[in-house]
Amino acid sequence: MTSLQNEAIPQTKALVRTVSSARQFQNNFMAGLVTLGTGIVLIPLFLIVGQVVFNGISAMNLDFFVQTERQMSALTGGGGVLNAIVGTILMVGIALVLGLLVGIGTGIFLAEFAEHPLVPLIRVMSDVLTGIPAIVVGLVVYGLLVATKLTGYSGIAGGVALGLIMIPIIVRATEEVLKLIPTNIREAGLALGLPRWKVTLSIVLPAASSGIITGAILGISRVSGEAAPLLFTSLGNPDLVWNILQPMGAMPLSVYNLAFKALTPAQNAQAWAGALVLMLFILATNIAARRLTRQKS
Amino acid sequence: MISNTPRSRSMTSAADNTFKNIIIGLASVVLVAIFLYGFVLISGGFPAIAREGIGFVFGLEWNPGTEKFQALPFILGSFFTGFGALVIAVPLSVASALFIVEYAPKWIAVPVGYMIEMLAAIPSVVYGLWGIFALIPAVRSFQVWIVGATGIEWSPSGIGLMSAILVLAVMVIPYICAIARDVIQLVPNDQREAAYALGATKWEVIRYGILPYARAGILGGVILGLGRAIGETLAVTMVIGNASEIAKNLFSSTATMSSLIASQFGEAGGTQLSALIALGFLLLAFSVIVNLVARIVITKLTPVGTRL
Repeated sequence: MTSLQNEAIPQTKALVRTVSSARQFQNNFMAGLVTLGTGIVLIPLFLIVGQVVFNGISAMNLDFFVQTERQMSALTGGGGVLNAIVGTILMVGIALVLGLLVGIGTGIFLAEFAEHPLVPLIRVMSDVLTGIPAIVVGLVVYGLLVATKLTGYSGIAGGVALGLIMIPIIVRATEEVLKLIPTNIREAGLALGLPRWKVTLSIVLPAASSGIITGAILGISRVSGEAAPLLFTSLGNPDLVWNILQPMGAMPLSVYNLAFKALTPAQNAQAWAGALVLMLFILATNIAARRLTRQKS
Repeated sequence: MISNTPRSRSMTSAADNTFKNIIIGLASVVLVAIFLYGFVLISGGFPAIAREGIGFVFGLEWNPGTEKFQALPFILGSFFTGFGALVIAVPLSVASALFIVEYAPKWIAVPVGYMIEMLAAIPSVVYGLWGIFALIPAVRSFQVWIVGATGIEWSPSGIGLMSAILVLAVMVIPYICAIARDVIQLVPNDQREAAYALGATKWEVIRYGILPYARAGILGGVILGLGRAIGETLAVTMVIGNASEIAKNLFSSTATMSSLIASQFGEAGGTQLSALIALGFLLLAFSVIVNLVARIVITKLTPVGTRL
């Protein structure tokens, strides 16, 4: 497009000169406006990242990673968020099991059984799931598992809530990457006399693995920052627990409590440190996902 | 050998059927989930809705003390914050999408696009944290400046509708920008070349060749952005003040449906808990409708692709 424009310039010099100065001005003005708008969009990113890094580093020390919120003092700070780090890892782990199982299954259904009459409906429903607010998912899991005393406030309830949020992300990643696998790979497998399930599980799925892993990493990145669905499911816990049937802390919950519920500057400083840990983790997962995508292509 | 063939074929199809059934079973989790969500929230919210009747949606009084639970202030709060955020976010998102696709050379467009995607990856609580310690003081100084300039009676706090709108605007920009970007990228080059051939300037190409073509997709993205904004919870909870009343002005403290759920759930029981769950159902219904409408807008209004 641009090359065509450049080539055309010598022949149309006379024409270019006829562009009135008002139109020329409008053209330059809008170009300036578009650039300015983009600049404005980037300002908050720099401000947020800058403040999180600056305030976070000054509040961070070794204790922050090896002690728990129980050991924090409102006045002097101290203590750490080990309980929240462990809680987040456990609950994201549960979410990942649920998300991969249902997500890959549904992805296979949408891509490999495309002629099935339920495919359009399930594709729409998966998209709709993506748009459901995280807090609504939290309320549903509260109603299903917590209020019914099936699990009560617990790590597993939190993990299920995060898993439900993760499912549509993995569905989409799986479906898209499965559709990129050439049909002749499937045909080659079938021609060798392999049953269809074996073709799907041992030929198509491995070929798609890096795309599915990318989807899973993006899912992890998304849910590890979610606090809203955990408020009513895992509840939070200042002590370090490994038992997923007990209430459990999580990094975003700690940041929320230290920033919003807490009243002292020492606690607020720790909120910044918690935010820095979260942001570094999410940045790392995003870069990993990006690397994988690039390797594939 | 020959006698073996039918048997192995039938074994294969049996295994294939089992596989197919397992896959369909997993996929129907997605289908069941939506109905389960609706069922759980309706049954949980039923006591409150039965008690307030139509007043639950149209009444103004929310008072746990007198056991009155009417949600109009929060429904309006969600729409005020959502549309307010869109007013700021839409022009900026379209501008940055145009910048990335049409204006910037690749070595600028790629990092800028990546940075805008990073905005989407920042967790809601981090936006809330930034809102409390950076945005609220800034809004407060603006209010102090207004008081100084006009001399009106006002106690500036910075907490309230305006701060929520600003945080939400920053949060939905990456979503709308990503969709606008995809849609603008999909506009066939014929459109651009035809407009250039008519002697159009770059802006005229965008204005008459690209934007009309991409309009439906951008509108779909804006609708999805509204859905995001209304469902967004913690960042809003942390800056809006969570007062159970309609905002009196652009800076006063109010609440949205989601911020009220997050801020009152901990202390709620009985009818109040049920009312909060009923609010959750309204949020669910709204997000489902928004999603379906956005899909219809995109498929119905996008011009059928011209020859590429």
